[in-house]
Amino acid sequence: MSGSPVAAAGDDRLAGWETVVGLEVHCELATATKLFCGCPNRFGAAPNTQVCPVCLGLPGSLPVLNRRAVELAVRVGRALHCTIRPSTFHRKNYFYPDMPKDFQISQYDEPIDVDGYLELPSGRRIGIERAHIEEDTGKTAHLGGGGRIHGADRSLVDYNRAGVPLVEIVSRPDMRGADEARAYVAELRAILVASGVSDGRMEEGSLRVDANVSVRPIGAERFGTRCEVKNLNSLRSLGRAVEHEAARQVALIETGERVVQQTRHWDEVEGRTSAMRSKEEANDYRYFPEPDLVPLAPDEAFVEAAAAGLPLMPADRRARLAALVPHEADGLLPASTADQVATTVDLGLDDLVVAAMACGADARLALARTANEAAQTPEAARRLDPQAFARLVELEASGSLSATQAKAVLAELLAGGGEPEEIARRLGYEALGSGALVDALDAVVAAHPAEWARYLAGEDKVAQLLTGQVMKATKGRANGKAVAAALAARRG
Amino acid sequence: MAVELTVAEVRHVARLARLELSAEESVHVAGQLSAILDHVEAVRALDLEGIPATSHPLELVNVLRADEVRPCLTREEVLGGAPAVEDGRFAVPRILGETP
Repeated sequence: MSGSPVAAAGDDRLAGWETVVGLEVHCELATATKLFCGCPNRFGAAPNTQVCPVCLGLPGSLPVLNRRAVELAVRVGRALHCTIRPSTFHRKNYFYPDMPKDFQISQYDEPIDVDGYLELPSGRRIGIERAHIEEDTGKTAHLGGGGRIHGADRSLVDYNRAGVPLVEIVSRPDMRGADEARAYVAELRAILVASGVSDGRMEEGSLRVDANVSVRPIGAERFGTRCEVKNLNSLRSLGRAVEHEAARQVALIETGERVVQQTRHWDEVEGRTSAMRSKEEANDYRYFPEPDLVPLAPDEAFVEAAAAGLPLMPADRRARLAALVPHEADGLLPASTADQVATTVDLGLDDLVVAAMACGADARLALARTANEAAQTPEAARRLDPQAFARLVELEASGSLSATQAKAVLAELLAGGGEPEEIARRLGYEALGSGALVDALDAVVAAHPAEWARYLAGEDKVAQLLTGQVMKATKGRANGKAVAAALAARRG
Repeated sequence: MAVELTVAEVRHVARLARLELSAEESVHVAGQLSAILDHVEAVRALDLEGIPATSHPLELVNVLRADEVRPCLTREEVLGGAPAVEDGRFAVPRILGETP
């Protein structure tokens, strides 16, 4: 949860209510060129330098579909377990300066990908209704008149983005609350990046999210009236906007008013949503088939070639890692271990853990050191030699290094590589011979007779103090477990 | 069965298409559009069971181009026909309801 006041207040305001969320995610495809012309698909170029007669909609120009964009849409479909089907293109008509043609070419009633799902780290499956291909719009910047010399209010339009290929991925209303909505987008982003479909940069608009939010009393079956919230440019915005919008709807219903279905704009600074003037009266886009484009009917060979080389998806990687670590008696993974698995996969460190296990490292310990320590510097961790990491884990598992020592050695490994045994020696972590431990224990017992007497009398908590003294005497080189065992043995 | 398009419906469609119609034109067009819809109704009345829908008059599918960059227009060419230009962009009247 974010620490914002909105999030904190959200829990109270939503008591007794369930928030239902469905998401529409627009994903820019990582092609070299636009969807229907050869203009570069590149972020950040000078305004109106990546346009041609086709994306400007000049008379006589004709769109031709980009093969790579279709291949990437097929990869999206495969990665989201969709059925990939024949599809057609429509014109979505509206008058707004972000499209010079006054229409956007999109897939309407026959999208390329339908009926899939995405599995969250929690194990919950979120249905994917469809994913369709469409072209992006231009960018408009709205200028105010006040204070500027050339006075009048106006908008400035850059068409570099007009015609950039997108897939719009539409989920079913399967998410319950802001946290799950954020988890869905994070997972979807990871899938799209892994598939080579998108760079996943939300801050550059590569992924843009609209949220359909409604509320219903807990236990109710019927969905409430939904509102669509736009302008969600980060996971944080998404979470805050969903919480705020749900609270707004609950407040309406609890005061006897009703929710009106509408499109609302999220204001990140104000932390609230407000009704938007729609682009077109009653969203009547007068769709009709695009006469300049023929149907798309990818055959099996096309689909298989496009989907070739898709890597394991995050959910599969979590399953692979989870299968390698010990489960509880009920067959489930402890929650903390599941979190470690999710973190490890999220940071792309699962290959390290799997490889270390293949070298004989203890599974649970390898996972813990990866998710808790190595994860702090994920880039260095991805360069870690799995064999060296495996030996470090074994040094700790066998008791040759204490947990604290193992973490210090790991930090060195991450910082500069090397051999764990050598680093341990350099740090003075050579395990004490049992003789040296006995000597140290003798000295501590002699120096603390009162405490020793209490320990002998059965006061177990004194063991901590005595162990600490031994550690101090050996400058931390003794192994905590070994000291505890030696103390217990001496008491008899 | 005859389709009777109302003048109000004609006005709605005209507004969506940004067409300005006089009262007489609206009545006139309502009659013409109703005749077109009558024809659609006539087709709909046929038994089309088993006949696949026509998505496009051409019997072509999968017309695709390679993902290769081609030259763009120069910015001078792009903006040359624009009524107003500012900062290398098209300047258009501000849309009502949009915030700066």
